[in-house]
Amino acid sequence: MLPREFSRDLLGLAEEVGTEDPVTPLGGSTQWEVGGLPGPGAREVRVASGILEYEPAEMTVRCLAGTTLAELADGVGEAGQMVPLDLPQPQKATVGGVLAVGRSGIRRLHYGPIRDHVLGVTFVDAAGELIRSGGPTVKNVSGFDLCRLMVGSLGTLGVIGEVILRCMPLPSLSAWYCGSADPFELRSRLFSPSSILWDGSTTWLCLEGHPADVEAQARLSGLRPCEGPPPLPQGGRASLRPSDLKTLTGEFVAEVGVGVVHLSEAVPRLTDERTLALQKQIKQSFDPAGRLNPGRTAWLP
Amino acid sequence: MKRAAKAAGVGLPSALIADLRAATSPDRVRVDPLERAIYGRDASLCVGDEPAVVVFPVTPEEVAEVVRACNRHGRPFVARGSGTGLAGNAVPLGEPVVIVTTKLNKVLSVDAGERVAWVQPGVLNLDLSRHTAALGLHYAPDPSSQQVCTIGGNVATNSGGPHCLAYGVTNAHVLALKVVLPDGSLAQLGGLDPEPAGYDLRGVFVGSEGMLGIATEIAVRLMPDPPEVATLLLDFMDVSAGASTVSDVIAGGLVPAAMEMMDANAVKVVEAFVHAGYPTDAAAVLLVECEGLPAGVKASVDLITETGQRNGARTVRLAADDVERDLLWKGRKAAFGAVARLAPDYYLHDTVVPRTRLVEVLEKVYEISARHNLTVVNVFHAGDGNLHPLLAFDSRTEGVMDSVHAAGEEIVLASLAAGGVLSGEHGIGIEKRDLMGHLFSQADLAAQDRLRACFDPDGLANPSKVLPSPSGCGDLRPQVKVPAGAWV
Repeated sequence: MLPREFSRDLLGLAEEVGTEDPVTPLGGSTQWEVGGLPGPGAREVRVASGILEYEPAEMTVRCLAGTTLAELADGVGEAGQMVPLDLPQPQKATVGGVLAVGRSGIRRLHYGPIRDHVLGVTFVDAAGELIRSGGPTVKNVSGFDLCRLMVGSLGTLGVIGEVILRCMPLPSLSAWYCGSADPFELRSRLFSPSSILWDGSTTWLCLEGHPADVEAQARLSGLRPCEGPPPLPQGGRASLRPSDLKTLTGEFVAEVGVGVVHLSEAVPRLTDERTLALQKQIKQSFDPAGRLNPGRTAWLP
Repeated sequence: MKRAAKAAGVGLPSALIADLRAATSPDRVRVDPLERAIYGRDASLCVGDEPAVVVFPVTPEEVAEVVRACNRHGRPFVARGSGTGLAGNAVPLGEPVVIVTTKLNKVLSVDAGERVAWVQPGVLNLDLSRHTAALGLHYAPDPSSQQVCTIGGNVATNSGGPHCLAYGVTNAHVLALKVVLPDGSLAQLGGLDPEPAGYDLRGVFVGSEGMLGIATEIAVRLMPDPPEVATLLLDFMDVSAGASTVSDVIAGGLVPAAMEMMDANAVKVVEAFVHAGYPTDAAAVLLVECEGLPAGVKASVDLITETGQRNGARTVRLAADDVERDLLWKGRKAAFGAVARLAPDYYLHDTVVPRTRLVEVLEKVYEISARHNLTVVNVFHAGDGNLHPLLAFDSRTEGVMDSVHAAGEEIVLASLAAGGVLSGEHGIGIEKRDLMGHLFSQADLAAQDRLRACFDPDGLANPSKVLPSPSGCGDLRPQVKVPAGAWV
């Protein structure tokens, strides 16, 4: 039972990452500027795509990190399932890319952050070695959780090669509503809506589930049916405590109950000194030569 | 000789004790042999060393001072909650200071609007949900030991529970942690905002079994009580029909809030104990709970009923009210206690397999137990493939401990062979430490150790757990010793 063969794709990736000179992993480049731009001269590394294993009764899917969100959605959609990684540009954005960036989609209110959908990660470390973490089961506390370390690490600790994700049933109905209702009051009145967005005047609401429940909740909300979510400002993203959203002004779309705010300009991120030292220690320890995605920093916007 | 000397209080680290007394208060630093013996054990059968000292801090500042004192004296420390761990996670190795967190037991704040509570690590799991019940909120992870286990301990082992099927285990419910790092410094990991800057240190800390530091304040997510709940009990004449029902329900597009299975032995002992009306001639019963809005719950109940009947369910019982629901759950949650009717001792295992391999692995479990002449009781989280084979035995029987130990290891290896993992919710601790090499390569383990060392370069926090020593074998001391009698 001892391990464990790696696929040709993974072995190839390990070889490509190699053991020296700077590399920058490339996904769909849909969130390319997050954490800074890669330094000049870094060798671009692409990861192969494809769903490797999908068993609907397991509700898990294993795929290569270069798989696009659209490919993934098609692959599991046929069996009535989904992985709620609803990031923009699904035809371009890759699974590895969105996990490395770590930002969740606008239905986080109901489905939780994307890190909670990741069960296993295989990555290439700075020494060119393939490292496995997590596993194929939905529950797993076997050792330290390197999967969660990789999500949001911006490729600065390793290059994600393959992942195992948790699937969920596609809701039988998914519908958007909008109007002028108080979004904070809606949040407490409705049971587990999938998304509440607010731009300071208009409220958008996503309800999913059994049609009769969706209808009843929609009635309770007092909102009218409308086309999907609004366009989100792309220039920046703030992370606030959900209760702090009430005081927002200017141009924004806020995820009510979550605290993500989509803005037109970037905002600084804060972290305490001891935690920052720990972050730097981890980077230093996993990538002593600083060859993984130089120029990008996980704790910058 | 060594034990006798200790019992007389000779050879205790007096300078360390003086520092710990100054850091806390003299009455909360305990060195008497009885207390050291008690805090040398947890709910597992793992045996380690006796702690040098047992300390009961009452504030986060005291925890930090105690950890700093340990650093000054180069003395390892082990944080411990209620000691309900089943893998030796809090069993001391290397005569450490045991830091008991049970006196840090305050719910610090509850924000009903944000649905967040800050709690100290010694708050009992169920007490938190009781505390927030009037607000219509609850804390979702519900380990079977929830009446006695602490939230801090849950964080350390990333605990699960029946209702984690739909809502995720502890990691999905912890937003932020204020921790004392192994060097005695303070840091906040994670935050109440959704995307704290940098690497997910919060996510890494949860489930790290006390090896990355001690959480002194924990921000947890609270969930609204569902408007509608339905609890069903289905019974089957063979175990595989029950397991197929589980797979079919999930393949049918439904993830219930909980989906628990008990086999014939479990049903018999539970029914005799709880009188919940479980059919005692069944080969397996399935306890399923659906939560949410009314139409969705109704549709789920119909789907489960139909799927069960298609798989040969003999009866499908829907709990009529909360009283009946509580009774059905009481059977499930009291199962491990009820096993005392079969034999005085038990060893509870924890492995996870892909849900479609449940039947095959269960059959292996029966075969292995029979071969070792052991009674096995299976009560488990069927929905997420998390098996809990419980070997019941009488430790006074000559040679039985060897059989228990051998059977346990065979069960774990059979789960791994079916594509499973070592632990679903109990953790690795001492129990499975030396099995990690079956699941991970040297490079994988080295990467895990690299992460650990970033938090704790000196290896003072709960040393010698989870990761096998680099040599992989040839430890000076056998780490898993099975005692003459089990304390359960």
